[in-house]
Amino acid sequence: MPRIGVFVCQCGNNIESTVDTRKVAEEMKDLPGVVFTCSYKFMCSSPGQEMLKEMIKKHDLDGVVVSACSPHMHEATFRKACEKAGLNPYRCEITNIREQCSWVHPDKTKKTGTLKSMDLTRMTIERLKRNRPLKTISMSVTRRALVIGGGIAGIQAALDMAEGGIEVILVEKEPSIGGNMARLSETFPTMDCSQCILTPKMVEAELNENIKLYTYSEVEKVDGYIGNFTVTIRKKARYVKEELCTGCGECWEKCPYKAESEFEMELKERKVIYTPFPQSVPNIPVIDAPDCVMIQKGKCGVCAKVCGPKAIDFEQKDEFIEEKIGAIVVATGYELMPNERFGEYGYGKIKDVISGLQFERLASSSGPTGGRIVRPSDGKEPETVVFIQCVGSRDEKKGVAYCSKVCCMYTAKHTMLYKHKVHHGQAYVFYMDIRSGGKRYEEFVRRAIEHDGAMYLRGRVSRVYEKDGKVIVQGADTLSGTQVEIEADMVVLATAMVPRGSAVELAQRLGIGYDKYGFYNEYHPKLRPVETVNAGIYLAGTCIGPMDIPDSVSMGSAAASKVLSLFAKEKLAREPIVAHVDTPVCNACWDCLTACPYKAIEKEGIRDREGNIVRWHAKVNEGVCQGCGVCVAACRSKCIDLAGYRDEEVFAAINAF
Amino acid sequence: MKIKIENRALKSEELKHLERITGEVPARCYQCGNCSAGCPLSYMMDYPPSQMIRLLQLGRIEEAKRAESVWLCVSCMQCYARCPKDVSAGTLFEGLRHLALREGKDYRKIKELDMPFLKGAPQQALVCGFRKFVS
Repeated sequence: MPRIGVFVCQCGNNIESTVDTRKVAEEMKDLPGVVFTCSYKFMCSSPGQEMLKEMIKKHDLDGVVVSACSPHMHEATFRKACEKAGLNPYRCEITNIREQCSWVHPDKTKKTGTLKSMDLTRMTIERLKRNRPLKTISMSVTRRALVIGGGIAGIQAALDMAEGGIEVILVEKEPSIGGNMARLSETFPTMDCSQCILTPKMVEAELNENIKLYTYSEVEKVDGYIGNFTVTIRKKARYVKEELCTGCGECWEKCPYKAESEFEMELKERKVIYTPFPQSVPNIPVIDAPDCVMIQKGKCGVCAKVCGPKAIDFEQKDEFIEEKIGAIVVATGYELMPNERFGEYGYGKIKDVISGLQFERLASSSGPTGGRIVRPSDGKEPETVVFIQCVGSRDEKKGVAYCSKVCCMYTAKHTMLYKHKVHHGQAYVFYMDIRSGGKRYEEFVRRAIEHDGAMYLRGRVSRVYEKDGKVIVQGADTLSGTQVEIEADMVVLATAMVPRGSAVELAQRLGIGYDKYGFYNEYHPKLRPVETVNAGIYLAGTCIGPMDIPDSVSMGSAAASKVLSLFAKEKLAREPIVAHVDTPVCNACWDCLTACPYKAIEKEGIRDREGNIVRWHAKVNEGVCQGCGVCVAACRSKCIDLAGYRDEEVFAAINAF
Repeated sequence: MKIKIENRALKSEELKHLERITGEVPARCYQCGNCSAGCPLSYMMDYPPSQMIRLLQLGRIEEAKRAESVWLCVSCMQCYARCPKDVSAGTLFEGLRHLALREGKDYRKIKELDMPFLKGAPQQALVCGFRKFVS
């Protein structure tokens, strides 16, 4: 006969006000197998826990039911207390009589609540009678991490982990690390030059012995589970041998063909063999194969002729590299929504309508104009510049419903940069709200208005058109209630931030969640902001949602600290709530295999003495299984059971109702 | 109404003059509307104080000078007492009155006002009125 103890919590008045806990305890006493029951004010308090431990020892209990709040709250607390008293922690079960009983039944006569509590507690007792002691699963860990994305968040995560003594693999899609931050001219609110603060970090990442850089590479495949991932990385053909190239620049000096520069946002041309920008890390060029005449037609080859160390290799192919790692940090960043979607602003048709990132390049001292702010159409200094905010953001119909968060700040910065470079110029900003939450942010915006004379107009722009070499902006100022028209020389659009085009595909490859826009889902938006539902995969930066540089950096560091604490343990311990297959019963129909959302089920063969496979059955990978129970429901031969929630236990609970 | 905003109007000499004589900078105002909320005469004005400042921010000083609001203001200075940005709408009104008066419009001599009017008007109104109309 089992020896079960039942502890009913009053939770002050939270439960007691609608549940007669003493009566519940009294009723449970008579059930077979129950040797001790009581009602207590606060079970989770330290005297409550002490009492629990004492009673386990005194009555020699082999199972404990705590009828209290949701197991989300204190399951861990009570299981730990039981463990200390020498009981297997999984022989402690929680009945939720608060969230699902006392709080939802306001019957002050306590009748409803008491009856329901009794039912629920009785069900748990019956379940407990049949459940078995479980042991936490321990797994080995590969102490190496992978960072996907070499922007500021990814670089920060990689540096922090490398500093912690972990080997890091940093994979970047572009020929150089640096991401979008490398494009920015100056950063708010301190106005320090973006490249000046970023490039030292890039160089540090290149030189750090613990960091292995894979630029111009993409993650092709991810297998395995927390602590034991295997990733396949596609190293795209650079057509340049990295080990030979010295980065002297002779090849891109002499290359006779040009293409539009992606890094300069199409404001400038680059050579077909190129590095994206002068401070590229690594400083090794790539050949843009679709534009290269040698690769396409077999004529030219100038770069190969001038290359001293003979590093050019037109025959190079994509390479696939397999790496074993224990954790992944995803930091894939953002891109801008296509401006062409908003025809009324004339982007693409009117040359002097540009995007925010293009303005950053114009204002950057290393940009296409060397830091001179000029009109793209005629190269003249613009005397009137109109900045339009919320282009695509907060636009449920044509754009996205969310606020891109950083545009208010960078537009204020743009007006300042413009005023500092064109003293007689006048900046106008059309805004809906100025969102400047952040340390020293509001002061920064006010400085742009009061000190640098930016004219802020509250309202949206309905139309932008060209007339006599001017760009006419028609909008509204809702503060004065008038329609306004401005003859501008240049218009800058603060376009919405959206996830990378390939974000969803990568999420599916990694098995992590994403929202309808393609931003990755955190495990918990407040309390676990850098973790994902897939254990061992962490997030950092703007792949989660729009955020500024300080936020991206802190998230990079946060993800790194999560990885470091994961790797700090000898062995990984995890909850034993996983599915098990009764192998002799399995008829290998593989329904479970298709049903499992975590790819935790594998095929396993049984061999005879000669080593021939004679029979197949399903096998659950305990590292990957999340204990969701989908396979249990899918299994036709009823051979899969979930530890801690076996069919026998669940049916016993239902029968007790 | 549709207006054309021009760089010239934003930086007009007259605006600069108004800023100089009042010591107030309209650009500092962030249009929270607290002045209009507290003004005892706001409900009678064609442009409440915050909108008057908006006119100045937009460079529409001529409109501001012509506004009734300037003459309705009793200079109680509640607008200034409440302003979180330390901008005084009352002072700007005073400045606008000066500018308007210097143009020689609406000028009155006290002597020319008739006695029944002077006797019937409350003393406070007379003091305010003299400040506005006769300087």
